[in-house]
Amino acid sequence: MLTKRIIPCLDIKDGRTVKGVNFVELRDAGDPVALARAYAGQGADELVFLDITATVEKRKTFAELVKRIARAINIPFTVGGGISTVADVSRMLEAGADKVSVNSSAVRRPELISEIASEFGSQCLVVAIDTRFAEGAHVVHTHGGRKPTERETIAWAKEVAERGAGEILLTSMNHDGTKAGFADELTALVSDAVNIPVIASGGAGAKDHFQSVFTKGKADAALAASIFHFGEIPIPELKKYLSERGITIRL
Amino acid sequence: MTVAVVKYNAGNVTSVINALNRLGVDSVLTDDPDVLRKADKVIFPGQGEASSAMKYLKSRGLDEVIKSLKQPFLGICLGLQLLCKHTEEGNTDCLGIFDVDVKRFPPMHKVPHMGWNHLTQMNSPLFDGLPAEPFFYYVHSYFAELGKETVARTDYISEFSAVLQKENFYAIQAHPEKSGEDGSLLLKNFLNF
Repeated sequence: MLTKRIIPCLDIKDGRTVKGVNFVELRDAGDPVALARAYAGQGADELVFLDITATVEKRKTFAELVKRIARAINIPFTVGGGISTVADVSRMLEAGADKVSVNSSAVRRPELISEIASEFGSQCLVVAIDTRFAEGAHVVHTHGGRKPTERETIAWAKEVAERGAGEILLTSMNHDGTKAGFADELTALVSDAVNIPVIASGGAGAKDHFQSVFTKGKADAALAASIFHFGEIPIPELKKYLSERGITIRL
Repeated sequence: MTVAVVKYNAGNVTSVINALNRLGVDSVLTDDPDVLRKADKVIFPGQGEASSAMKYLKSRGLDEVIKSLKQPFLGICLGLQLLCKHTEEGNTDCLGIFDVDVKRFPPMHKVPHMGWNHLTQMNSPLFDGLPAEPFFYYVHSYFAELGKETVARTDYISEFSAVLQKENFYAIQAHPEKSGEDGSLLLKNFLNF
């Protein structure tokens, strides 16, 4: 059986993991390669690296980093942040990334999804959707969830799938950072609406939140950051917990 | 030992070369028939679209070269599918090493089949030292049917050929280069043939 995936997400600035990572076994938690290796060794199923570097110039540092990560780890990884053209995608895939994720750039110009899918295949394209529930509707947001758009979340999810996205990374801004659990209901709505895998993100704070998003939320994968980085929930412990509760997981 | 990686218009080549490097093996990426013939091992990786890949191989005569090779040969992902008889992707005739066809997963399910899944009913020296029913990483929308050359199965929607083997030809649908330690071991076993 296909397993549910556990995906740690790392924020990268100027080629380094941003402050806030406190990984027990590592001397230099700022080194994304060392951290990636540690996560792969712990049984992470995939990794996501999000470049939050502000300037275009510094983005070159990120491409170099992607090359080093690709040489070092033997599990799949996705890179995102500032990808807005087919050429950006090409650079990342050539550097060795398995997938790229696009977000605001796809909202601005949905054709980008079709262009990437037809050039490189859907399998390497993750479309990230930041969503917020406000005034009775789920609305797609951009700019790290700050700017509302005109798009309704389920309709946008369907559109990105039709345009050739290989996966959807769904982040609920209402849940992100709360540690009170994932947006199970919305995740299930999106998962039922599309025929591509859905990665749930935002709100992970306890092991049972993962169980819930994989069952009630119908998620194919779950992404989290701080609870992994601070060792609050070690990945082996989480996977054992899920497996014992009947969730198909890679141990 | 020289390991040749077949160069054609398919992605995912870098990750295979990186995986070989991690095993301490240098490889050469080539579409030169002579280099391919003389290599000790040949790896045929790939992600991409079948009909354009076949067109590319034929335009350089690589289809006939591949069929004539006698050294251990490993197809990965699209590489496996191109070694089969025919694929529904672009209604394409393939190399016909393996006597099975490649079909598309039915559209009412989530496609691609993406993530980690078991190998079962394993019967090949490729699997020496691997645990029972190991997990491998998959990303694909088409699958090879079961046949007499099937040496491992995976179940997604229904069972399909996860690994095929005939004489010197081996092929795996999953990505060993992305399948953690078990994937590395499978590649190492192949390199030791």
